[in-house]
Amino acid sequence: MVATSVSKIFIILLSSILVNNFVMSRFLGICPFLGVSKKVETAVGMGAAVTFVMALASVITYAIQYAILEPLGIGYLQTIAFILVIATLVQFVEMVIQKSSPSLYQSLGVYLPLITTNCAVLGVAILNIQEQYTLLETLINGIGAALGFTLAIVLFAGIRERLETAPIPKSLKGFPIALITAGLMSIAFLGFQGLIK
Amino acid sequence: MLLRTLTNGIIKENPIFRLVLGMCPTLAVTTAAINGLGMGFATMLVLIGSNIVISLLKKFIPDKVRIPAYVVVIASFTTIVGMFLKAFAPELDKSLGLFIPLIVVNCLILARAEAFASQNSVLHSILDGLGMGLGFTLALTILGIIRELIGAGSIFGINVMGSAYEPAIIMILPPGAFLTLGLLLGLINKLTVKSSS
Repeated sequence: MVATSVSKIFIILLSSILVNNFVMSRFLGICPFLGVSKKVETAVGMGAAVTFVMALASVITYAIQYAILEPLGIGYLQTIAFILVIATLVQFVEMVIQKSSPSLYQSLGVYLPLITTNCAVLGVAILNIQEQYTLLETLINGIGAALGFTLAIVLFAGIRERLETAPIPKSLKGFPIALITAGLMSIAFLGFQGLIK
Repeated sequence: MLLRTLTNGIIKENPIFRLVLGMCPTLAVTTAAINGLGMGFATMLVLIGSNIVISLLKKFIPDKVRIPAYVVVIASFTTIVGMFLKAFAPELDKSLGLFIPLIVVNCLILARAEAFASQNSVLHSILDGLGMGLGFTLALTILGIIRELIGAGSIFGINVMGSAYEPAIIMILPPGAFLTLGLLLGLINKLTVKSSS
């Protein structure tokens, strides 16, 4: 494996957190982004859980792809293999957290099973393979993407808490205003576009 | 009764405009009308296929492992549809890209498996899949048409706004997706509130 230069790692990290933010410019993980963003506290919890699962899933799917799927020439089973791995992983993480840290489990509990259907996790796994990242780059990309997700969902939750008390036209209440807010945030994230060529 | 199952998904419980399910592909691929239409059809095929199989297997799948079982069925159909697109519509496959394998985690499909196909007959499940699929396709195409018209001045690649029209690029960039869907949902709320009162 070729050693990855520090600058490349930095670029991958910056790109996945800000420039190609998973929620704001790639549209991955919109469901939890809209669903679990009513309060800052729960948004932080969701972000932490996703970060953990995404970093692990990146590494494990990398191993599956290059140790099992490619040598056997069954690359077309990628989607099925990856989603099963992610589902199992989420279940496993849930059990470990439940045993080792009941208090963390209490605060994350409800959001853990939801991560399986978070398309950001499967998305980052497939992107890692498509971009032909090395193992280290895969890990960095997974963590960066998850941090980007956390950043977006926490910022969004902060705005939504304020929106609760704002006077909003009746027909825009709920989802419409949330989407418009996300749109405005997305414009702000467009500003990072020029950061990396 | 059969007809109602079919039309239910198109208007009354439209997956996008009413149930707000399957947001990620909705926002991501609707940069042009044709992409919306293609994504809608691909999702519909997976939805009908998985509805049929899950409805057939509903007596054999143990309750405890039903979610992983559904996910495997959905992943298989996603892989099949993905291969079909690669073979017969490579252009479309390229523009939809990552979002073809991600049909697996489209909450709409899992939601229909859980809420409908696992409790109803095969015939009803087919109709439900068809109806929901058409509703999804319709919503994606409408979004695609609006964004393409304002963002590129054309519909299905045909220029309709004339050469003097300066396209608003923002509409085909990520923020445009959030804003269009948000305003559209608001408009639908406004219209339905008025008609029911």
